[in-house]
Amino acid sequence: MYRYDEFDATLVKERVDQFRNQVERRLSGALTEEQFKPLRLMNGLYLQLHAYMLRVAIPYGSLSSKQMRKLAHIARNYDKGYGHFTTRQNLQFNWPALVDVPDILDELAEVEMHAIQTSGNCIRNVTSDQYGGAAADEVADPRPYGEMIRQWSTFHPEFSFLPRKFKIAITASDNDRAAVRVHDIGLRLHKNDVGKVGFEVIVGGGLGRTPYVGHTIRSFLPEENLLSYLEAVLRVYNLSGRRDNKYKARIKILLNAEGPEEFARLVEAEWAQIKDNGIDLLRAEISRIQNYFAPPPFEKLAVESVEMNEQRAVDGDFDRWLRVNTVAHKISGYAIVNVSLKAIGGIPGDITDAQMEAVADIAERYSHDEIRATHEQNLVLPHVKKGDLYIVYKRLKAACLDTANIGLVSDIIACPGLDYCALANTRSIPIAQRISERFANLGLQEELGELKIKISGCINACGHHHVGHIGILGVDKKGEEFYQVTLGGSGGADASIGEIAGRGLSSNEVVDAVEKLVAFYRHAKIPNERFLDTYRRIGAEPFKEALYAAA
Amino acid sequence: MPLLKLNDDRLLPAFDEPLQEVSLDDWRANPQAHASATALVVSNDASLDDIEKDIDGFASIILNFPSFTDGRAYSQARLLRERIGYTGEIRARGDVLTDQIFFMSRCGIDAFEMDDILVMQDALRVFSFAYQVAADAVDPVWQRRGQCAAAA
Repeated sequence: MYRYDEFDATLVKERVDQFRNQVERRLSGALTEEQFKPLRLMNGLYLQLHAYMLRVAIPYGSLSSKQMRKLAHIARNYDKGYGHFTTRQNLQFNWPALVDVPDILDELAEVEMHAIQTSGNCIRNVTSDQYGGAAADEVADPRPYGEMIRQWSTFHPEFSFLPRKFKIAITASDNDRAAVRVHDIGLRLHKNDVGKVGFEVIVGGGLGRTPYVGHTIRSFLPEENLLSYLEAVLRVYNLSGRRDNKYKARIKILLNAEGPEEFARLVEAEWAQIKDNGIDLLRAEISRIQNYFAPPPFEKLAVESVEMNEQRAVDGDFDRWLRVNTVAHKISGYAIVNVSLKAIGGIPGDITDAQMEAVADIAERYSHDEIRATHEQNLVLPHVKKGDLYIVYKRLKAACLDTANIGLVSDIIACPGLDYCALANTRSIPIAQRISERFANLGLQEELGELKIKISGCINACGHHHVGHIGILGVDKKGEEFYQVTLGGSGGADASIGEIAGRGLSSNEVVDAVEKLVAFYRHAKIPNERFLDTYRRIGAEPFKEALYAAA
Repeated sequence: MPLLKLNDDRLLPAFDEPLQEVSLDDWRANPQAHASATALVVSNDASLDDIEKDIDGFASIILNFPSFTDGRAYSQARLLRERIGYTGEIRARGDVLTDQIFFMSRCGIDAFEMDDILVMQDALRVFSFAYQVAADAVDPVWQRRGQCAAAA
């Protein structure tokens, strides 16, 4: 993992000092809330329905056991004993007191963490493929590029007051795990014809009120030119993005107004002028950062663990958990473990302080001290020996973290909704909980296969409903909560925006509606076909009929 | 409007010497009528393409920040310094706040029209280091790391 040097540590410390001074001015009344707002937002501090909310950055989703223990400590001592992992690989504390926030930031700085640029109209915390350095299918480790972008974008003098927020995501495989086609900039690592590592640069994707799948504006960008190219994109956006209407201010609107070809031409023209200006890191610095992400000392192991195979033969729940929650590792004898934060009937992404401690202990002992957060609001133990999987499973089970539902119907993304959020129209969490309870049977879930349900409590789409195989959007209708169902979305390599199925449903109807859709899929599918593929094969109409047919 | 100027890395109150201002559009429409103008006012939606021939002889270019959230002029300032090579004064006008001076000075702005000039000198030195190259002379952190490594 990356380690701060004196420069990184000093900058984070100076940021905390600056914010402590601003909080003191607010508490003394020297600053009004109106004046304080832009300052706190630059430090990830929101004012929500009931309390302040602090959003802590987890750059490219990577954290150590020590960092996880610090998050547990903060949850226990400054909050109500839990935190919430978000779709941007961040962690939110829902109940901090304003007066405590500088101390919380000081505590975070002790373990090389911060809340810088987790809000505001700036380049937000960069997100990444969560399996970096571990996945069998990765082209190159995405984390060094994430760290380069973190540093370059931190306190960027030109791009701290953009038209709107700006999100960059990196994926390291053709199997897109970072939803790069629905980000302001998506970067897909790949190799060109001569085996050189670089990026496909995808711009102008996004969700919100006007969802778009992004456009590739450059099919191959050499890795050493990453920062100058990003700077060119950001400069074109900063100068030309709309500022008259916040709903039309994202880069996707600019790209679609100009047209992708013209937008690409503008970026290339700008880049031609700045690519040799010394923006890009020297090779020595790229190597220095990459060295921090050198593989941990893996053991030489047989591909299969005899022990594990014996254990799975006698423990059916373990066997299912292996099938559903573990993924192929690049090193023989190792596996990637997904830790579901979607317990049946639980709140998606929520985790208690005790569970954080448990994950930290397990990671320290069995996963080379590494933990990852995923954009689907789960955690990952990236490097577990197959022979250790059973003990890891049992320890996760003791912490109620063993739900075998990764990628299945109850692995639901949901925004905080009206239970917390000042922008929401409806609640999201209770809908997620009820759907999860309806499909509680893990055997049935596995049989249904990959099925992504995503729930947003308002049109801002923080729950990614546009890219849910089944998306659910909460709308307020004369003071009553209604839910609109969308079908056929995907945030993966085959990205698509879901289509609205028909009239909105009441809170009571929406869980039945999901069940009807699932029942119809089971009836219509051909063997080994995912829900999304059935939908794409036979089209929307039969699903709509199934959904709205009179009972 | 009170004025602060950047001088040898220090922020100092400056006498607001009277400038004779002209907007870029007016100047381009009729340069003869504005022959005595000393400051060129550039709106933040103006393109800086082909501005080289316009800026010659102006002591100051005034950039606009209609609200502190409108950051277009940060890019304009860098383009003036780094691409066009303008070496005269670049002045920030509008919603100019203490907390922005650090960013503005890194983009090449060296004069600030502000309501409140009781600005702490700290405004320039909120952060001891920078991660990126910009229009100032600051070496980014990654270059300093290289120097440390070379010296070691």
